Amino acid sequence: MSTVTITAKGTHELYLEAYNVTPDAFAGKTPAEIAALECHEGNYKGTLGEFFEIEGAAGATAEDTKIIVKGDCKKIKRIGQQMSAGEVIVEGDCDMYIGGWMKGGKLYVKGNVDSFCGIAMAGGELIVDGDAQNHLGSAYRGDWRGMTGGLIRVRGSAGNDVATFINGGTIIIEGDAFIHVSTHGEGGTVIVKGDVEGRVAGQMVKGDVYVYGDIKYMMPGFKYVDEVEAEVDGETAKFAHYIGDLGERHPKRKGEIVYGNIYKKL
Amino acid sequence: MPKVIKNVGCPYCGCACDDIEVTVSDDEKKVLEVKNVCAIGTEIFMHGGDREGRIKLPRLRQPDGSVKDISFDEAIDFTAKTLLNAKKPLMYGFGSTNCEGQAAAARVMERSGGMLDNCASICHGSSFLAIFDNGYPSCTLGEVKNRADVIVYWGSNPAHAHPRHMSRYSIFPRGYFSGKGHKGKTVIVIDPRYTDTARVADHVLQVRQGHDYELFCAFRMVCHGHEDDIPDVVANIPKEKIIEVANILKNARFANIFFGMGLCHSDGRNHNIDIAISLTRDLNQFTKCTIMAMRGHYNIAGPGQVWSWVFGFPYCLDLTKKDLAHMNPGETSSVDLAMRDEVDAFINIGTDAGAHFPIPAVQHLKKHPFITIDPNVNMASEISDLHVPVKICGVDDGGIVYRMDNVPIQFRQVVNAPEGVPSDEEFLDAVYERMVELEGGKFDE
Amino acid sequence: MSEMIIKNGFVFDPLSGINGDKKDIGIKDGKIVDASEVKKGKEIDASGKTVMAGGVDIHTHVVGPKVNVGRLFRPEDKLFKSRIKERNTRMQMGSSVLSTYATGYAYARMGYAYVNEAAMPPLHSPHVHEEIRDTPILDISAMPVMGNNWFQMEYLKEGEIENNAAYTAWLLKATKGIGIKCVNPGGTEAWGWGMNCTTIHDPVPYFDITPAEIVKGQIQTNEFLGLPHSLHIHGNNLGNPGSAETTLDTLKLAEGIKPNNKFGREQVLHNTHLQFHSYGGTNWGDFESASEKMMDYVNKQDNISFDVGFVTLDETTTMTADGPFEYHLNQLNHLKWANVDVELETAAGVVPYVYGKNIKVCNIQWAIGLELALLAKDHMKCHLTTDHPNAGPFTRYPRVIKWLMSKQARDELLHSFKWADKVIDATIIESMDRELTLYEIAQMSRAGTAKCLGISDMYGGLAPGMNANVAIYDLNPEDMPKDPEMIEKAFSGAAYTIKDGVLVVENGEVVATTPRKTIWTDAKYPLNELVERDIREKFLKYYTVDLENYMVFDEHIHNAQAIEVETA
Repeated sequence: MSTVTITAKGTHELYLEAYNVTPDAFAGKTPAEIAALECHEGNYKGTLGEFFEIEGAAGATAEDTKIIVKGDCKKIKRIGQQMSAGEVIVEGDCDMYIGGWMKGGKLYVKGNVDSFCGIAMAGGELIVDGDAQNHLGSAYRGDWRGMTGGLIRVRGSAGNDVATFINGGTIIIEGDAFIHVSTHGEGGTVIVKGDVEGRVAGQMVKGDVYVYGDIKYMMPGFKYVDEVEAEVDGETAKFAHYIGDLGERHPKRKGEIVYGNIYKKL
Repeated sequence: MPKVIKNVGCPYCGCACDDIEVTVSDDEKKVLEVKNVCAIGTEIFMHGGDREGRIKLPRLRQPDGSVKDISFDEAIDFTAKTLLNAKKPLMYGFGSTNCEGQAAAARVMERSGGMLDNCASICHGSSFLAIFDNGYPSCTLGEVKNRADVIVYWGSNPAHAHPRHMSRYSIFPRGYFSGKGHKGKTVIVIDPRYTDTARVADHVLQVRQGHDYELFCAFRMVCHGHEDDIPDVVANIPKEKIIEVANILKNARFANIFFGMGLCHSDGRNHNIDIAISLTRDLNQFTKCTIMAMRGHYNIAGPGQVWSWVFGFPYCLDLTKKDLAHMNPGETSSVDLAMRDEVDAFINIGTDAGAHFPIPAVQHLKKHPFITIDPNVNMASEISDLHVPVKICGVDDGGIVYRMDNVPIQFRQVVNAPEGVPSDEEFLDAVYERMVELEGGKFDE
Repeated sequence: MSEMIIKNGFVFDPLSGINGDKKDIGIKDGKIVDASEVKKGKEIDASGKTVMAGGVDIHTHVVGPKVNVGRLFRPEDKLFKSRIKERNTRMQMGSSVLSTYATGYAYARMGYAYVNEAAMPPLHSPHVHEEIRDTPILDISAMPVMGNNWFQMEYLKEGEIENNAAYTAWLLKATKGIGIKCVNPGGTEAWGWGMNCTTIHDPVPYFDITPAEIVKGQIQTNEFLGLPHSLHIHGNNLGNPGSAETTLDTLKLAEGIKPNNKFGREQVLHNTHLQFHSYGGTNWGDFESASEKMMDYVNKQDNISFDVGFVTLDETTTMTADGPFEYHLNQLNHLKWANVDVELETAAGVVPYVYGKNIKVCNIQWAIGLELALLAKDHMKCHLTTDHPNAGPFTRYPRVIKWLMSKQARDELLHSFKWADKVIDATIIESMDRELTLYEIAQMSRAGTAKCLGISDMYGGLAPGMNANVAIYDLNPEDMPKDPEMIEKAFSGAAYTIKDGVLVVENGEVVATTPRKTIWTDAKYPLNELVERDIREKFLKYYTVDLENYMVFDEHIHNAQAIEVETA
């Protein structure tokens, strides 16, 4: 793997939209060509070279390309957006849409991220050491096709609207989540190791949510059915199993209704 | 001789009543009397025209903090330059402008590469988010008047916010199929407080604040045949009451749910409306049911309509890329932009962000050029670098507005504004022309 | 003042019977003139190219409240899918539901000059006219919907054609509309109670009139007034297996009725998006094409025209005044559903729909549209539409033309379907060798549509005196490309589009815009005392808008041009 290291100069006043900081955009380019890639600060169309120091060499393909992002990226959005392969490591906090619409590859943030990260993810891995804000692994506004594949792991906590309209893939939050997890869910797996305030699996058609901590306000539409044992994220444990949302429509498979599932760790 | 003008539209609330009668002075400068309009609408008409105390010229803030009158040409120049110098200017407001002004603003902000947003951002924006995700089975107000026998006000208090709503559209009128008036209707009010609207209700559910979402879920459980599984109490409402009210809805001939800020801005916001829409859709399996947002201003639906046909999005528009529009409330919404310090110029038009935004948001915006375009002195104008007075839509300017049910109402001009005061459309078109002059051919490169 | 001459092109002008002759076209002051009259004008070299009149779309949903609901509630229709703003344009957002600006530019790029908005709810007509103002280049007319209108149902129940005609003329003037549109007659009023009318004999709740009576009465009203266009109908039971039966019942209502008008129109009934109405079978399992049965009947009638509503196999947005149908569609595909019932008048519904390439039913729908056009005897009465955006976006017209002109293109697609065998069993498309000619395409997309709309004195042809709307495509009729993709490419971006004598598109790119017109019908049949009183009473008691605010104010109509009709 060939590595390009870019260091934010901190010369942007407003927020920087770094939608070209992806292995796909860097692959096959020289540092000078990478420096010429576009980015936006508001309506100012600039180049990456204006806002980052660029060193190293990209691989011939996205798969062979690794990008390390250093410096203060708290006001930089869209890193790793739509990437299909390769690796991106951000060495601190960054802003919104990190790994948005990701199709493959690995994106690792050694800090916190803001909202809309992993939006409509289709594949790959997004790992965040710190906290995520809202709309983690959610769908774009209006789209009934949300996350369809891949893995998101947040070591800290998340906000609201985790996995809205999730269709597939896995999200693991090692801390807490606020409200609205897997709303309108139609598949996929969400695991919250901490507490969730409420509205877990509201309007869920299909899918699985595991909560290890406390759910302060359970949805009335979820009914306790039994106790199950399952291996989750490498650990086996016992869970109280609820089915629902009984206020929502559900598909049938071989004549049987397929409900959404909430598993609360015992 | 004073003149009586009939069929005038009222520029206050989302009812957009168009049966107002206005008596104007001989010189067409003042409104003398109004009929049919509610207390709040009356005030707006009496404030219009070319009267004493009306702001007649733009006011530019001086280095010592005082304001000085300047010409409209200077104001146009100042505004055009502010927009061209900014990397991410934000124009926000439009609760009280006509559609012609909103279309003119669209052209200005598209050219300047800025952000364009309207008051829905702090109001029924949550309704938009729900509509994007879940649709909107609705109707025009006349359908409610003529057909509805069950009316629900959920998180909405029209007795205060839409004074003529109940008498003109929902509970009291005798329509084609509702000749018995309010005697033939069942009214349900759902609100944490016992409001003045609750006084006319047959059923009042004082829902636990912040838990409407769970209550909707319980209603839906009845629709899906799971009423037995409803817990004994949901959101402070006993199971028996939930089942009773759900059955009233299921057995209605035509039920309509009106909703307001109670759903839009309590915990979960758009999800409260989203699940209300799901319930409305579920009820269509049993009977006819529709839902309607109680839009606050007489033309706040306007920019949602205009910008949807111009750009495809109703609010929170990011036009900074200049070749494509982007929208994502939470990122591109005005208060979020302000709180994150993401914009570098602000124009407040047809609204009062000084009064309605969170104070820290205003403080962030005040770090940058701050312009107010509004007929009146308000909190925003008093902290602005420039205050540009314009005509009052519906009083000294006509134009098209969209009522809360998105029906277009054609407004009339009844009096003249002070000499030289432009409409929003005229001012913004002039700003556009000045921007073209200043940029030369550079824009199309 | 300004002159132009288009030289050496192969002209296809069915209104004048010109089928590929090499001919020069002269333009002067926005009108077509004899080439010899142009002394010194801009020369456009059309050698080796196909020249047609500017396109005329007889049925498309591009301006109005339900189109805007489609835009508003589908942010995802824009994301990563929109065309970028170009040098001479505004932003062009949208993929299945386009912004008004995108609409004007996209039609112009395909060589179109005129579109007929398929449905205008009268109460919302100021909205329609605002959107017309913001749609560049195209001349636009709009049809007010009347098939569920309370006034019409009450008059027609009593057989009061003259009263209905007076009301209709008044409504056309109030809304600045062009003709009578009828959608799901009676059924959309029943939808006000959550019900529907699925056959032409189901009575409408309370109003107690049948769809058959509404349709017959509206045909008679239309001919009584002598309107330029005929009754334009979207019949009951759209989109369901077996819909062909209901459609044939509907079409038979026109039997024996002769057209009465001074505009050259020959039909008394125009059935829109016939594809959705030509379904056989009894359920989605045995769903099949009924195109042969349909065209057996239609081909024998002189007084019926139709537009196809071709399915293009795209993700799109359905929107129609057939309110109950949209609810039904939502119950099938569970995608977000918007609905607006409009007091005293109509309703509308909007639901996104994905016509999947590997879904058998969608493939059969695709085939049915093509079969109707390939079976049709007279393409002056068989028109190119996709019921935009219902069966597909209008930007796919070039693709449809490719399929109509190339069996190879059809077969390639057909055999790529996962369920090709089942599709072939349920349809006749594979056995059809016919390939339409450029002349027939011109009939379907400009000459025939203009004639059926009653506007063929101004649009749809290249005879002297007509509006100078010309489309020049990169197709040499004497050397047609082997690769059918080149057909789609040529029609996607005209070499030149001229509107009212101004060059607006060159090499598929917008280079200018022109002032555009709103076309409406001024039927000079006055109100009588009874109808006037009925109108005043209904506005006073049942509408929520004042009568004086209902007529669109003159300042809100843009560049109006009235088609004047005197009723004998």
